[in-house]
Amino acid sequence: MTILEVSNLTKRFGKFTALDGVNLELHKGEILGFIGPNGAGKSTTIRVLLGILKATKGDVTIFGKNAWSDAVEIHKRIAYVPGDVNLWPNLTGGEVIDLFIKLRGSSNKSNREEFIKKFDLDPTKKCRTYSKGNRQKIALIAAFSSDADLYILDEPTSGLDPLMEKVFQECVMKVKQQGKSVLLSSHILSEVEKLCDRVSIIRQGSIIETGSLSELRHLTRTHLVVETKQPITSLQELKGVYDVEDSEQGLTFQIDTDEIDNVIRHINQFGIVKLESAPPTLEDLFMRHYDGSDEHAHTGVRGEH
Amino acid sequence: MASNSFVKAGVLIRLIIRQDRMRISLWLIGLTFFTLVVPVAFSNLYGTEQDIAGIVETMRNPAMTAMVGPGNLENYTLGAMTAHQMLLMTAAVVGLMSILIVARHTRVEEEDGRIEIIRSLPTGRLSYLNATLLVLVGLNVVLALVVGFGLFALGIENMEIVGSLLYGAVLGATGLVFAGVTAVIAQLSDSSRGTTGLSIAVLLIAYLVRAIGDVSNQALSWFSPLGWVTKAEVYGANNWFPVILMLVITTILFIVAFYLHAIRDLDSGFLPSKPGKKYASQFLLSPIGLVLRLQRTGIIAWAIGMFVLGISYGSVLGDLEAFFAGNDMMEQILIQVEGYTLIEQFLPMLMIVMALLATVPPIMAMNKLFGEEKKERIVHVIGRAVSRSQLMISYLIVAIVNGFVMLSLTAIGLWAAGTFVVEGGLDFSTIYLAALAYYPAMVVMISIAAFLIGFLPKLLSMIWLYVFYSFMVLYLGGLFQFSDWVGQLSPFGFIPQYPVEDMKYFPLLLLILIAIVFMIAGVFGYRNRDIL
Repeated sequence: MTILEVSNLTKRFGKFTALDGVNLELHKGEILGFIGPNGAGKSTTIRVLLGILKATKGDVTIFGKNAWSDAVEIHKRIAYVPGDVNLWPNLTGGEVIDLFIKLRGSSNKSNREEFIKKFDLDPTKKCRTYSKGNRQKIALIAAFSSDADLYILDEPTSGLDPLMEKVFQECVMKVKQQGKSVLLSSHILSEVEKLCDRVSIIRQGSIIETGSLSELRHLTRTHLVVETKQPITSLQELKGVYDVEDSEQGLTFQIDTDEIDNVIRHINQFGIVKLESAPPTLEDLFMRHYDGSDEHAHTGVRGEH
Repeated sequence: MASNSFVKAGVLIRLIIRQDRMRISLWLIGLTFFTLVVPVAFSNLYGTEQDIAGIVETMRNPAMTAMVGPGNLENYTLGAMTAHQMLLMTAAVVGLMSILIVARHTRVEEEDGRIEIIRSLPTGRLSYLNATLLVLVGLNVVLALVVGFGLFALGIENMEIVGSLLYGAVLGATGLVFAGVTAVIAQLSDSSRGTTGLSIAVLLIAYLVRAIGDVSNQALSWFSPLGWVTKAEVYGANNWFPVILMLVITTILFIVAFYLHAIRDLDSGFLPSKPGKKYASQFLLSPIGLVLRLQRTGIIAWAIGMFVLGISYGSVLGDLEAFFAGNDMMEQILIQVEGYTLIEQFLPMLMIVMALLATVPPIMAMNKLFGEEKKERIVHVIGRAVSRSQLMISYLIVAIVNGFVMLSLTAIGLWAAGTFVVEGGLDFSTIYLAALAYYPAMVVMISIAAFLIGFLPKLLSMIWLYVFYSFMVLYLGGLFQFSDWVGQLSPFGFIPQYPVEDMKYFPLLLLILIAIVFMIAGVFGYRNRDIL
């Protein structure tokens, strides 16, 4: 079942095109990672999803309803955590949490206490005294103690310490087990790797890559370190081999995943002493897309330049 | 080592002046301008013995004494008049200036984490506080000298050099006392709000203690620094003792502030900070409850201010005849109609001023909707199950009720003080009706603000221009003999000038209709635009 569907979403601010034909899909019980550099359009997309910005073109539906015209109905089943949580300086954390839960419609006091404890927050302090991380905790506590079907999290952990990040990851996994869906926009790629079932990468207002992590890995290169009895010759001439370097540990290079077979056969002739391979990380994938000079970017639609 | 505690204060002084050069200049220029313009205006207003006798009668009542303190009414020269009517108020404003600037460079900077950075550099523990206080000393000394020599330079008879310098010195010394008070409170309280709030509370209490003392028991006034202001008897006995007393107190306060600052931790205070509420009250848990809660302090402050304004206007109604006799300018502004008392003729003009001032708080209340948007807090509300219409209507309701309360309080204050000083009292219903007649115009202004928020939020500040236009055209309209249409570009131009004119309900009804149209349009626009 599709919870969230964005098709061909375009958003212009005057002449500036912030989003140019974005497509997203989120299924029930799934965690979708939404990654991209600053200014790529992550937050703009999310603000359209929330009905705060009106789409210039394209369809945005959540729970089968229109994100703009049915915003209030949709929001009853959504929990949103912004990346920059600006709060009212003269209200206490506890008051804000209660307010947020109440404004959504439902109220669940026992949940609230549990999450305040989990995130280790003192709710009696005024918001002006909270650090960025603590303000984020308030938004997270309000989000997780409400009984939502879709969680929209926009860089929710940028101010949290590693301990709290772990608590956050547990919370996300727990809502997933309950069959809820999550849209997680993040810079922290290890977090996305750990949590997400699928990933969409946005660049300059367009989605350039979507798929499960294993699908995406297929599109990228594996990192190899090789030591052989005889020096390897003519490695560079092989198809799909890049960045060959001689280091103390041996020869390091990267290969296109679908060329692994050929390359290993070639190396085998020289007598392998050591062979280490590292799977491509999301970071490699990400870097490859944002290097700019990448001649191998092949799939997906690219933004206009 | 003690000698290291003040290292690099010189650099920090330059930093503070660089940050505040506009702020400091504006305070200096504003205070000097208003101090110098008043005696000039007085010398035009009160040219003859008879004029002066009139104003002396006006001043000779307890309400005036409570407001501006005792004066030298026996020998009410222009100098004595200026010192009586202006010095105390100006001194209070100078105190406020010191409070705001000191709070800004102590707790506010500490809370924002800038002091931490400065302390991490090779500066002394007390350097920043020292730099702040030295800037304040400089500012108040400059103020004292500029005002002192400025008053003397006006060349007005009876405003001789000693009195003028004392006038300036009293202002500067009051500023220093409150700089000291704020510096100490900044060590006691642990938040910037607490520092500013407590310091202003001290200023208000000082004013009140003095008011009670001046009316009932002169000895009590010696307990208030603002009481000392009038004890200086500027342009009379020219008593320098209060100034010396203020400087001694300032020195003690500075030393206490340094001591407390030296022994406390950064970001901590000596007053226990009581924990806030763990749970929200039921009242807070709705859009309108949130709006009210966020504006609570502002609404209360404005309400008190508007009530006091009404009282102060009311308290001068007693001797209007004497006040206006022979004053050409005022006679021109007033509508001259036979068969009405001077007070009745004076009411419409007062009402315009009061209604326009009372329009400020409800417009501020309405504009907060856009303020919340700019501060990116609106998303917490409409990102949840609250519709935009619901949100805007909540703000509208708060603003509309706010306006009604402000207008009512001003009228009630005017009536309460007026009926006390005017022989035979005042008719409450006349005054209240004259004030409420302006309510539809006020609601139109609120609705225009809502309309701008809906369609042209970036031009929202234009509403203030419109308020200002209304004020200029209607308050001074009589003086400049504008045509009617100039006034009728403002909704306030359609209000019947009750009780001199008859009450006409049709234009009021029309204004309310216009307001409703603007409001509906505003909500429509707000529903259909992007939120920043």
